[in-house]
Amino acid sequence: MLSSACRGISRQLVAAATRRSAVRSFSKSCARSSDAIFVHRDTAYNNPKIAFEFTPDNLTRANEIISHYPSQYKKAAVIPLLDLAQRQNKGWTSISVMNYVAKLLNMPPMRVYEVATFYTMFNREPIGDYFVQVCTTTPCMLRGSTEILNTVCDTLGGIKPGQTTKDGKFTVIEVECQGACSNAPMMVIGDDFYEDLTVETTKKILDAFSKGQRPKIGPQSGRQTSENSAGLTALTSKPYGPGEFCTPEFS
Amino acid sequence: MFNLTKAAARPFTRSFATVHDPPVRRYGGLKDQDRIFTNAYCRHDHGLKGALSRGDWHRTKDIILKGDSWIIQTIKDSGLRGRGGAGFPSGLKWSFMNKPGWEKDPRPRYLVVNADEGEPGTCKDREILRGDPHKLVEGCLVAGRSMNASAAYIYIRGEFFQEATHLQQAIDEAYKAGFIGKNACGSGYDFDVYVHRGAGAYICGEETALIESIEGKQGKPRLKPPFPADVGLFGCPTTVANVETVAVAPTICRRGSSWFAGFGRDRNQGTKLFCISGHVNNPCVVEEEMSIPLKDLIEKHCGGVRGGWDNLLGIIPGGSSVPVIPKDVCAEVLMDYDSLKDAQTGLGTGAVIVMDRSTDIVAAIARFAHFYKHESCGQCTPCREGTTWMMKMMDRIAEGRGHLREIDMLLELTKQIEGRTICALGDAAAWPIQGLMRHFRPEVEARINNFRVENGPVLFGGRLLSQVDPTHAIPDNLGSNLKEMDVLH
Repeated sequence: MLSSACRGISRQLVAAATRRSAVRSFSKSCARSSDAIFVHRDTAYNNPKIAFEFTPDNLTRANEIISHYPSQYKKAAVIPLLDLAQRQNKGWTSISVMNYVAKLLNMPPMRVYEVATFYTMFNREPIGDYFVQVCTTTPCMLRGSTEILNTVCDTLGGIKPGQTTKDGKFTVIEVECQGACSNAPMMVIGDDFYEDLTVETTKKILDAFSKGQRPKIGPQSGRQTSENSAGLTALTSKPYGPGEFCTPEFS
Repeated sequence: MFNLTKAAARPFTRSFATVHDPPVRRYGGLKDQDRIFTNAYCRHDHGLKGALSRGDWHRTKDIILKGDSWIIQTIKDSGLRGRGGAGFPSGLKWSFMNKPGWEKDPRPRYLVVNADEGEPGTCKDREILRGDPHKLVEGCLVAGRSMNASAAYIYIRGEFFQEATHLQQAIDEAYKAGFIGKNACGSGYDFDVYVHRGAGAYICGEETALIESIEGKQGKPRLKPPFPADVGLFGCPTTVANVETVAVAPTICRRGSSWFAGFGRDRNQGTKLFCISGHVNNPCVVEEEMSIPLKDLIEKHCGGVRGGWDNLLGIIPGGSSVPVIPKDVCAEVLMDYDSLKDAQTGLGTGAVIVMDRSTDIVAAIARFAHFYKHESCGQCTPCREGTTWMMKMMDRIAEGRGHLREIDMLLELTKQIEGRTICALGDAAAWPIQGLMRHFRPEVEARINNFRVENGPVLFGGRLLSQVDPTHAIPDNLGSNLKEMDVLH
């Protein structure tokens, strides 16, 4: 009797405490979030029951890749095979893809999950048909990549980096340096680099993609690669031929 | 004889025409005939036919038949230093593979080429991979022969799709022509070359992380020793070298070490691909002589700094991992390992990032802090936690939302990360911030003070005093009572 009364009082106290905490919040840190979550949760579109297998063509390719490595180190092929499987699986690596690659290489599936979560080029969520990756690292940022990223997001209907458009056509993400810094700012769509961007050319490229066209890849400013755009300052003459300028022994 | 004695007897007079001091040599102005990467701009055919016409695979057999010690000696004499950032003498590095008694070791031996070009600002290997892939494949054979390797793996970053295609094409053509594979070039030496595509991790540019990545694991650097030359890829002796280092080797062998050593200052010899990005009129990639003055490089090949040299704020001369240098230093410095080291920065990969006066330099360095936070592999605690911490502090400082004393706290933090991690990513994350504070501290201080003037006192952690409910007690250790805060009020 007494104990139950005590319990009742303590319950009231707890209730009061909760009520008070709603008024005055304690400071707390927010959950650590990364680009993508590292755990897998079964969903309707991503669960181990969905079958995945290489097409015969890709299986031949996979065997060719596996043959590049010593036979006792078959697992060295895991990154190329995941890439191949991701291409076959509409650009993303589902749990079935990882399990299949693990089976193919006789690896514990966990080792494949480790690799797939470590490398940024493996998307563990579905992406749109066109995967737009805008580089925003300092060399691009100096040349105005923030504006390019905003243009991309606005042109695609106000989505944020990391989101896919409603029609499922475009996914936009912000990426780190892609190694085309002399041609900054740049973005990657699928596998192709679009360099020397301006706001206008960015819009033009995205428009072309939404119409299903393939715009010209590479620099959009008219230069061919990474030469000086005001005219060549090097390699203006015809390249020298075999044996020219070599030591007498090799000429 | 008579003349000599007469000349000696003549009293020393100096006319206007005599030159007694050795002439001061200006470096730079490399001629096209001395450029190694003649198709850097992809103006010509990158395939086998084009490569042969540009002198690749010319008498490679003779180079192979000269043997390992000849190749290594040639590379040593040429003074070639690693082009991937650290600048270790290449001939010496390759010779570590041939320890006494290496023939008795039954293990296969590997050359691994690092084409995981991820350093922000760097885009030189890309031009080699897509324009001159045969130079790299031939380089693999020559470098592989010098270290008696049985195969080469070229680890190319996953984002370089077009480049990987060109490279694969070059390898296929070379196999077909009998240049590599069994009995490479008819020399009796067997050598295979494989491409391995990465999947987007900056850390895989570190040699042991790269080895781990080829082995199909997460790219987390290994502790050294054992060094890769003893236990490397698949537990076998391995040497990891940058694309540019490997690709210049055949040309050096053919044109002679003295030709290559004739460029640049002593101990910094050779030619180098420089990639200039940022606020210049015409950013470009160009092969130039080592030791070219930084100012000449920008004025000559990039059309100068945007808005003229006086509009320059600072330059990062070697990719994101090296400290920034201010304008007055930029005017004097030479682009080589030693000169830049004297200026408390580094040549790194030769990636010149130019920033003019319109740049928010604190935000630019803060963006690097984001980069390193994103790319830290998470293996060592100082780097994993430190990069996140530095990023948060830099973000606040870029806004001015901080304390003057936090600048020193941040510097102390960078010192605690530097040198306490397995690989150099911790150092690389720390140096840009140290460089910023070394040269642009007044700028940072002004920003913090201005923020104060506009927004009132700031508590530790970035919250404004004005945002705190005054009816609550504010703990003393939040910095609201610091003297520093009253300086401007």
